[in-house]
Amino acid sequence: MDNLHKNGPRGPKPKRAFSRTNIIVYGSLMVVSVYYLLPLWVMVMTSLKGMPEIRMGNIFSPPMEITFEPWVKAWSQACTGINCDGLSRGFFNSVKILVPSVLLSIIVASVNGYALANWKFKGSNTFFTILILGAFVPYQIMIYPIVILLREIGLMGSLSGLVLVHTIFGMPILTLLFRNHFASVPEELFKAARVDGAGFWGIYFKVLLPMSLPIFVVAMILQVTGIWNDFLFGVIYTKPATYPMTVQLNNIVNSVQGVKEYNVNMAATLLTGLVPLFIYFVSGKLFVRGIAAGAVKG
Amino acid sequence: MLDTNTPSVQIRDLDLQFGDVKVLQQLNLDIYKGEFLVLLGSSGCGKSTLLNCIAGLLDITDGQIFIGGENVTWAQPSDRGIGMVFQSYALYPQMTVEGNLSFGLKNAKMPKAEIAKRVARAAEVLQIEPLLKRKPGALSGGQRQRVAIGRALVRDVDVFLFDEPLSNLDAKLRADLRVELKRLHQQLQNTMIYVTHDQVEAMTLADRIAIMKGGKIMQLGSPDEIYNRPQNLYVADFIGSPSMNFLRGTLDGTTFTAGDLRLPMEGYEFAHQGASGDTTVGIRPEHVITGELAAKAPVTASVLVDLVEPMGSDTMVYANLADVQMRIRMDGNATVKAGDTLEIGIDPSRASMFDTASEQRI
Repeated sequence: MDNLHKNGPRGPKPKRAFSRTNIIVYGSLMVVSVYYLLPLWVMVMTSLKGMPEIRMGNIFSPPMEITFEPWVKAWSQACTGINCDGLSRGFFNSVKILVPSVLLSIIVASVNGYALANWKFKGSNTFFTILILGAFVPYQIMIYPIVILLREIGLMGSLSGLVLVHTIFGMPILTLLFRNHFASVPEELFKAARVDGAGFWGIYFKVLLPMSLPIFVVAMILQVTGIWNDFLFGVIYTKPATYPMTVQLNNIVNSVQGVKEYNVNMAATLLTGLVPLFIYFVSGKLFVRGIAAGAVKG
Repeated sequence: MLDTNTPSVQIRDLDLQFGDVKVLQQLNLDIYKGEFLVLLGSSGCGKSTLLNCIAGLLDITDGQIFIGGENVTWAQPSDRGIGMVFQSYALYPQMTVEGNLSFGLKNAKMPKAEIAKRVARAAEVLQIEPLLKRKPGALSGGQRQRVAIGRALVRDVDVFLFDEPLSNLDAKLRADLRVELKRLHQQLQNTMIYVTHDQVEAMTLADRIAIMKGGKIMQLGSPDEIYNRPQNLYVADFIGSPSMNFLRGTLDGTTFTAGDLRLPMEGYEFAHQGASGDTTVGIRPEHVITGELAAKAPVTASVLVDLVEPMGSDTMVYANLADVQMRIRMDGNATVKAGDTLEIGIDPSRASMFDTASEQRI
């Protein structure tokens, strides 16, 4: 027994900082980051330059003279059609569309998913299949029927009409999300709540809702980015005074009259992208925390 | 105390089908007040399903269920006067232990003072007072199961339903909680219906055991009856570990013949007279007599030892008798090794005999 190599390897195996794997992994990560961050760099730099400096080329170089003029102009002075109050109008329109659409679609879809997962009724699976089919129908097919529908109920061109459209189109994917989540909750928990005398809403609000924060955050991220970035429905179902921010941005950037103000366009684009970015950064943390909190087995 | 005159739960002609699959068929069962009834069976036998039907968590296809003399066939689970404990504990993860215990009472719109009183009492009985402010995530398995039992306890109901409550615990904790459950039953005197696939739990806890197979009750009786007088081959084979030895042969009068082995079965209590023909004799490994007493047994034989499994407390010996591999349980101190010849004795009064065709006890 004593002829073992006492001076041989012992304890944890040492790791090399510059192993081949590390170089490949970090190298590709760096290349990919640069590839994605370069356009953002160009946008931020251009938005901080004056027009004379932009005309000199050098799109990668930082501004010699930093100016916030383009940002101010994009927010409050840029013209779209006859309105010259900048993107601010579109921003507030978008908020007025976003908040009710997100809340409404998440509330309805979560109850839908809960009912489909836990209160199976005759034909519930057929109903679910039909709902999911909705996720595969191209939006473009439904544009004109919805125009007629909105006209008939008198909501064409109004913000509430667009809210309704967003809520309906969010339904298939959100219902799927919630149904699958609630189906993964142990059935015994649901049974225990029934023995404890909780009804349909009692179980939903007191048992399932408190333990489902992560899935609500996921649904919120999906809906906020989807609805904020929507262009198609915004341009079709609203009128110029109620255009959402994306449509207004398009009108500013794509206007063919006058000088192309690249710095204003870049600033306007960045401003429009700020909301989804903000949601990612804020809820990303919440999201992780939510998952960690829900990971404790009941 | 167990009161065999007052029925607590009565099940009449219960049928349950999922599509074309018949899970429970024409099931009748009377459970007395204060009785500890164990539903025992292998997985898929319908024991948990039956419990869910009693709880009202499954809609039944046909039949009636009475609890405390009331027809509860169409009643909501919360209105049936039952408390239920689940295998996975099923505690509400976002509520404290106190919240878990009081949830059902709050739903019943009970006054706060009464809720506090009941939670305190349950916590005292189960010794979980220091845990009341914790969430289930911060509890160990045994503590969680205690809270789950407490949730049934606070409801102050007559009937407790347990769905394999100890299966998720490790062996030592399971044995501890088993004793605690028995003590709890002695203290509370409630009717308890307990589903398990563990025969040790069944034998130790039950006043009566119902052994189920394929949605039917194969035998309903006290642990002693189930163990000593199994009504059919399935029950005989299912109960006991290691399981019973079976010798196949023919019965003529009181003499059983299997190959060149002749067992005079005088002393066996026949379930009904005049049985003969193809018969299976069942002998439990622990009822095979060895050592000095073997020679005094009504029937003796000598066998060749194939294999020995020492287990500390006792030793399992495998030997051939009439072309059947017999399992024989011997004392842990016995010095036997493979190749030895062993004198054994059999007492027919402790054996079981079954008609080979109908598999029923004779």
